[in-house]
Amino acid sequence: MVVEHDTSARFSEYAHPERLVSTDWLQEHLGTPGLVVVESDEDVLLWDTGHIAGSVKIDWHLDLNDPVQRDYVDGEAFAALMSRSGIARDSTVVIYGDKNNWWAAYALWVFSLFGHEDVRLLDGGRAAWEAEGREYTTDAPEPVATDYPVVERDDSRIRAYKDDVLAHLGAPLIDVRSPEEYSGERTTAPAYPEEGALRAGHIPSAQNVPWGRAAAEDGRFRSLGELDAIYRDGAGLAEGDDVVAYCRIGERSSHTWFVLHHLMGFENVRNYDGSWTEWGSAVRVPIVQGSEPGTVPGR
Amino acid sequence: MRGPLPRALADTREDFLALGVKDRLQLLLEFSDELPALPAEYEGHPDLLERVEECQSPVFIFVEVVDGVVTMHATAPREAPTTRGFASILAQGLNGLSVGEVLDDVPDDYPQTIGLGEAVSPLRVRGMTALLARAKRQVREKSAA
Repeated sequence: MVVEHDTSARFSEYAHPERLVSTDWLQEHLGTPGLVVVESDEDVLLWDTGHIAGSVKIDWHLDLNDPVQRDYVDGEAFAALMSRSGIARDSTVVIYGDKNNWWAAYALWVFSLFGHEDVRLLDGGRAAWEAEGREYTTDAPEPVATDYPVVERDDSRIRAYKDDVLAHLGAPLIDVRSPEEYSGERTTAPAYPEEGALRAGHIPSAQNVPWGRAAAEDGRFRSLGELDAIYRDGAGLAEGDDVVAYCRIGERSSHTWFVLHHLMGFENVRNYDGSWTEWGSAVRVPIVQGSEPGTVPGR
Repeated sequence: MRGPLPRALADTREDFLALGVKDRLQLLLEFSDELPALPAEYEGHPDLLERVEECQSPVFIFVEVVDGVVTMHATAPREAPTTRGFASILAQGLNGLSVGEVLDDVPDDYPQTIGLGEAVSPLRVRGMTALLARAKRQVREKSAA
């Protein structure tokens, strides 16, 4: 049961406008059967302080990551999460969150690994909702458990492992971290905790496009023209390119994955979630320091 | 020599551990709401405040030692309730203690012992550990002067 798409003119220029909804659309559609609203934030308590009525919280760390192995949850755990969140396999899911939808995009990417068909982002996330003075509630919803099937995660299309990236060297890579992390001045985002990478720098030939550039000041995605200027003119991406995006643990780069794939229409975009915390600690992988992309060593 | 864990911190630990994981989040939220605003004299003095780099959200602390008694102030934005909750637990637990009690009786791994790892993830608890370490360092510096 697919809830109608948001046909706002503003989204029509994107490759997959059906992946976005506006605040107006969401307000009008709250409570529509088949629609489940999900909040996903960096701060695990933010939802508890107030959220869009009826929304369920999905935490990137507690719900989407495997607690033991460095990996995402498996099909069974995902099905259990969906069931207790009241999400059926054919539900329309709209995800929103803090920080320009950083973690919301991450959640959407994980949903996509499990092939959940209809998953969309609220353009602008919490910031846009709040800026328009729209309401929050602290009432917790009581989702009715669903019979979500156990679906095996498909990592082959939109996820890259370290070996995939090594094989990909020479093709376009987008490093979405801050310039300081890219150059090797530091291994973590400014003002973020040290998450352990032994070496600093970037993957040879990667272009540095900090993820936040895809968002406008109000937290909404930039227009297609602006995105073209950033990623095609600026970072040299061309039609038909296979692209791998990475950051530190794969969350900021899922935002960029969303932009490149769903908004700009690049067909083959993968998120390397091992990202710098893996690459920067791996033995004998090539690294470039400084603000230039550098070249791929001969093989 | 290490004495028993100071009363307020011991009570907080007992309260958290008595709860199920979900209710621990609610208690953390209550702490978050209880974090007092900075005293007026620090509002205009960001230079006095130390940023806790290990936390995801901008959190700043300032520790006072007056006549051997410790007071910890902290500020973090409303959008960072978890971090506010961490700071509030520590401020409530440390305020009024003597220098010796803070340095000797509060173990550095206190944040790992109150049952928050399962509730908010060990990764996030690291931020609270860093808050405590910085607060203790300030106590050490300010009591040595």
